[in-house]
This record gives sequence, C-alpha cells and structure tokens, in this order.
Amino acid sequence: MDLINAVIVLLNYTIIPALTYGSQLALGAIFVTLVYGILRFANFATGDMMSFGTMFAVLLTYYFQSIGINFGFLPTALLTIPFAIFMMVLYMLLIDQTVFKYYRIKKSPPVQLAMVSVGVMFVTQAVIRIIIGPTDRRFLDGEKFILKATEFKEMTGLAEGLTIKSTQMITIVVTIIVVAIMFWFLNKTKTGTSMRAYSDNEDLALLSGIDPKKVVLITWIIAGILATIGGILYGLDKSYRPFVYFNNMLPIFAAAIVGGIGNPYGAFFGGYVIAFAEIFLTYAYKRFLVYILPESLEPNSLMQLLSTDYKFAISFSILVIVLIFRPSGIFEGKRI
Amino acid sequence: MRNYLNIIVAYSIMMLLIILVGVFQSWSIALTIFNYCMISAVMTLGANIQWGYAGLINFGIMGYTALGGLAVVLVSVAPVPEAWSVGGVNMMTCLGIIIIMIFSTRYILKNIQKSNKRNYLIAGIIIVGLILIKIIAGPAIEQIEAVDPAKTGFLGGLGLPVLFSWIVGGLFAAGLAFVVGKVALGLRADYLAIATLLIAEIVVSIIKHEDWLARGVKNVIGLKRPAPYEIDLQTSPWFINLVEKFHSAKLDIANSLSERQDILNQLVIDASSVYVKLCFAGMFLVVVIILLIITQKALYSPWGRMMRAIRDNEEAASAMGKNVVKQHLFIFILGSAIVGIAGAMMVTNDGLFTPGSYRPMRYTFVIWVMVIVGGTGNNFGAILGGFVVWFLWVEAAPIALFFISLFTAHLPETNDIKIHLINSAPYFRFLLVGIGLLLIMRFRPQGIIPEKIVKQ
Repeated sequence: MDLINAVIVLLNYTIIPALTYGSQLALGAIFVTLVYGILRFANFATGDMMSFGTMFAVLLTYYFQSIGINFGFLPTALLTIPFAIFMMVLYMLLIDQTVFKYYRIKKSPPVQLAMVSVGVMFVTQAVIRIIIGPTDRRFLDGEKFILKATEFKEMTGLAEGLTIKSTQMITIVVTIIVVAIMFWFLNKTKTGTSMRAYSDNEDLALLSGIDPKKVVLITWIIAGILATIGGILYGLDKSYRPFVYFNNMLPIFAAAIVGGIGNPYGAFFGGYVIAFAEIFLTYAYKRFLVYILPESLEPNSLMQLLSTDYKFAISFSILVIVLIFRPSGIFEGKRI
Repeated sequence: MRNYLNIIVAYSIMMLLIILVGVFQSWSIALTIFNYCMISAVMTLGANIQWGYAGLINFGIMGYTALGGLAVVLVSVAPVPEAWSVGGVNMMTCLGIIIIMIFSTRYILKNIQKSNKRNYLIAGIIIVGLILIKIIAGPAIEQIEAVDPAKTGFLGGLGLPVLFSWIVGGLFAAGLAFVVGKVALGLRADYLAIATLLIAEIVVSIIKHEDWLARGVKNVIGLKRPAPYEIDLQTSPWFINLVEKFHSAKLDIANSLSERQDILNQLVIDASSVYVKLCFAGMFLVVVIILLIITQKALYSPWGRMMRAIRDNEEAASAMGKNVVKQHLFIFILGSAIVGIAGAMMVTNDGLFTPGSYRPMRYTFVIWVMVIVGGTGNNFGAILGGFVVWFLWVEAAPIALFFISLFTAHLPETNDIKIHLINSAPYFRFLLVGIGLLLIMRFRPQGIIPEKIVKQ
C-alpha cells in the first residue's frame, strides 16, 4: 500500500507535470530544429513567434466567448487553433519574404541570419505588446480537472490523491497527434522526403529537381503549426504572458541542442529530457521517501536536491554538459 | 581629415540630438541619457573586440554585466560583522573546498590519461565536494540570511572605495570568461551564441537566488558614490554661490527677496542633480577615452592584424603558426573584462544593485544591436552605436507618443484605439530598434561607420 502511495505521489507531482511541460518544450524544439535544419539558422525569434500565434488564440477565444461559442467541456481555445495557425503562417511567410529571403538567396553565413532573427524578435515582440499588452492573461475555460484528488481518494481508498488537469491531458494527447502526423509527413510523403533531402545536402537536392521555394514554404507552414500549437498548449496550461514566452526560448533551445539540433526525433526527446531533469532535480522528495523508507530512516529535511529557483539553470547546465561531451547532441544532430 | 569626416559628422549629429533633449526636455534627462550612452559604449567596445576583431559571438553580455555589478557590492559595501561571525567560517571553508576541487580536478586532468577512470574520478570529486558544501554551507546560509533580513542578511563587502570595484568588476568578468571560453569556444558560431547566453542566465540566476552573497532579488540600495551627494551640495555655500553667479540674470528678475530665495532654491536643487551627473559623465568619459585609445592601438598593432587574419581565415592563420585557440580565449577574456567594467560603472551610476533587472533583452540583444548598427570592427563605430541605439531606446516612447497624437489627432479623446495606442507607447522602442537593426543589416551590413583597414 505504501508503495502505491509513493508511486502516486511521484506521478502526481513529477511525472505528469514533466510529461506536460516536456510536450510543450518538444513542440518548440522541433520548430527550432526544423528551421535550423532546412533554413539553416538559429532562430532567436522562436519564443516570440510562439507568443504571436498564441496571441491570436487568446483574442479569438475572447471573441468566441463574447458571441457565445464554446467547445463544451473542452477549452474554446482549441477551436481557435486553425485560425491562429492561419494568421501565424501568414505572418511567418510575410517575414520570410521581406526579411529572410534576401539573406537566403545571398547565401549569407548562419550567424548573419541569426542576427537578423534577433531583429525579427524585436519587431515581433513590439507588435505583440502593442496589440495585446504585456499583462498576464488566462484564457482557459471548460472543465478544469479530469480527475480530482478527492474523487481519486474515494475511488481507490488511498491516502494520496491523484490530480489530472484537463490541460495536462490535452497537451499530451495533442502533442502525440501533431508529432505523429509530422513524422509521418517527413518520412512517408514525397514532400517530406524532399525536405529531408534538402536538409542533408542542398546542392544535391537542387540537382535532383527539388523546388527550394516549395521546401521553404512547407517548412514555414509546419513551423507555424508547431509554434502555434506549442504556444497555445503552454498558455492553456500556465497562462499567456509575452515575457514568459520570450524566456521559454532558452529551455527550448536547450532541448533542441541536447537532442541534436537538426534532428526532429532528437528535439522531441530533448524536450522531455529537459523537462524531467528540471522537475526531478527540484522536487522535494520528503513525501515520497516517507512512504518507501522504514520509519527509523525518515528524513527530516525536504530532501530537495536544488531549490526551484534554479529550474532554468538546470536545463542550461545540462546543455553545457552535453555541449562539452557530445557537441552534436545525445542523438546525432544535423540530420532531418 | 577626409578619412575622419564621416566619424566627425556622425558624432556631431549625435551630440546635437542629446543637446536638443537638454533644451526641450531637461538637462538632467539629457545627462542621464549621455551617461547611459557612455556605459553602453563601453559594453559595445567590449562586444566589438570579440565580434569585430575576432568574429566571436558572445550573447552572454548580460552575465558579465551582472558580475561587474556584483563586484561593486562586494567591494564597496561595508562588511556585516554579525553575519561574518555566524557564518563566515563555514562560507570560507566552502570557498576552500571549491578551490581544492578545482586544483585536484586540474591535477587529475594533467596527470591521468584520458579514460573512464579519469571521468569517474572527476565526477566523484565534484559530487563529494558538492555534498560537503551543501552540508557545511546550508546552516551557515540560513544564519547569515537571518541577520536583520530587512537591511542586511548578507555577508557585505570589503568597504573599499567604489572606484576600485570597476577594476574588480573587470577581473570578475575576466575570470568567468576564462571558464566559459575554456568550455565553449570550440563551438560553432551559432552554438557559441546560445551557449554563452545560457551560461549568462545561469550566472544571473545564481546572483538572484544566493541571498547571502548580495541579497538576491531583495536588492542592495544606497551604494557608495564616487561623486558628491545632492543633499550635501544643496547645503554647501560654494555651490549655492556658483549657482547664483551662473543664473544671476534669472535671479535679478525676481521682485522680492523671498521670491528670489524660492527661485534660487529650485535652481540649486536642479543644479545639484546636474552637477552630480556631470561628475559621473566626466569619470565615464575618462574610461571611454582610455579604452578607446587602448583598443585603437591594439587594432592597428601586429596583434590586431593577426586577430583580423584569424577572423577572416582561421585555417590560413593557424597554418602560419598562430595559436588560434589561445588567441580566441585571450580576446574573449579581454572583451568580457571590458563588459564587466561597464557593468560596475552602471551599478555605481545607479547607486543600487538589482539582480532581478538583468534580462537578456536589455543586456544582451540591445547591446548586440548597438554593435551591428554602429559598425563591427570599428571602435568609433561601436561607441557611436552605443550612443545611437541607447538614445533611440530611451527616446522611442516620446517620439512614438508624438506620432500617435499626430495621426490620431482627428479622433476623440475617448476613442478606444487612441487610448490603447497611447498606453502602448513604451513598446514602440522594440519596434524602432528592431526595424533599425533589420534596415542596417539589409542596406548597410557593415554598420554606420564601417571597418577601415589601413594599408601599410
């Protein structure tokens, strides 16, 4: 019985939150990695692009609510996803045409493109703040919980309760669907194969008649889908605040590089590596240990390895360690 | 002379803009902007050494700035004796353990062949050391932070003159740069950018959350100043006499003696803040000029030519027998040290240390925009970039407000769009800086004042 309680404690406070957070990071990391693999630059506007897509979802959610449309027990924001993606892709293509295209055709070094993306970051941030402002916004409606702690306790008769928030479930399910479709697309369809070819060797791909314009277009569309969905899921689970999204760029980069930048599978797992590391290293294990240790060994302190203040620092430290020992990432990088 | 014409023109326009702010807004604001411009200029000089001379991309400027600021606290604040007595010994023991850890790791790295055994040994040392530190420092930190937490709650500094901390700030930053350089300099350009940015985040989060060191997010206020305080000036007779002489025309208009006294008081208060800022401006100007002379000399020395050769073609330079790795590390340390000095200058100017305010947007990306806009590889350009971009960053909101009211003049005051736009005026600075960067990168990628290579 104690063992089951201990497992429930772990599930409740570490594994489910880590899976959720990891899914959100994974979507962002695949976005970073796709842009890096095909368009060949580190996109510093990542966080703000995700924020841009989410902004439309927030605004549309408010609009839908005001005219009385809702999605039953699911959040209304899910209904807005197609529209938000549409706006996001339009914005990305606009940016690509006006800004990135010039450097791509000139074959500028990646550093220059990265600096340009810093410019895009500034502009996007300004647009977001001018449209929606910098304040914290919650746009979650519908059922908040799938399983409440008290219900769970009644059902099983255990001492520990298990809570599953609907946003956690939605995040995990949507991520699995999106990522599965994307990997199917990259591996099985002709367009996906041509994208992988373009990423591996641009010159050879061009020789075999792949249209670079089409590859770039499809890349931005997929990137827009990933960025918007990732952003909306994060916003539903926590809340929407432009500054936080900008900061999220850093663990997302860490996830992409830890997984091997340019490798979408790596980025997908990298997201979970970062999330699990952050949560497992900052969780206070006292409650867990109380269940599995005999009474004489019960810990007095919180049994916390690091304070939660260092959450971000952990993911960055992992990245630094990976960069020193395996610069191409845990899963070999620069491949798509 | 012709060669320097564009530099002179660009600097004159910049000075004119600042003087215009002085005339239209106030001299105090103009001087604040000028001082911050100069601090930014020092930061850009540092970043320019790394990026312009050597092609190293350092997005960790935020971290070095924060370390420079920390140096001010650790050097100039008076020590807190109670904190030292309750936790000093333990903290010093921990410092000793860290030093032992570093040296034993170094010893192992030097004397044992690369193998799994070596990796395990090093991992063992680090883990044992961390556990020891956690055991020894834990209670000490709690005790230190319990000492009058509203005012102190930290170990305090050394109580030395604050100007000394500028040098220490540079040394701190150099030390960090040495570690970062050893770890990250082998990486490709864009990886290096991300790695340095993330390491800087780690540094800032340590400064933010280790309250025993510098009070963390509780901030340290009332730092020492190398310039006189406004209050002292306002009561000292020589200063009042000076103001009287300076503004005699204005004072003569006064009708009665009491009215004259009122005007004089107001003038003295204004003048005292201007005077203090002038003092800072003088000190900063000295630093900027010294750094400019040194960096100019270095740029046109054989060493500078070698750095450019390494930047333009690493393989060729290395084939000519230049030690690329060593030179990269050296220039990385040098540039970071200059950024550290700037960080110390900034905290001295503000008189307070707020670790929560170190954010990548303001202390990394804006500085990079300055370097790119000003002109990479040209020190005059770097300084100008610091001035131009900081000026835009500060003045963007008033400029935006002006244009908003111009374009929405026909709308009534209660119009929602108008109110919304006026409220979001501060965010136009991002737009202005971002569009400026994009335009410069597109149409003048070498910056306002491009790099000039003197043919021998």
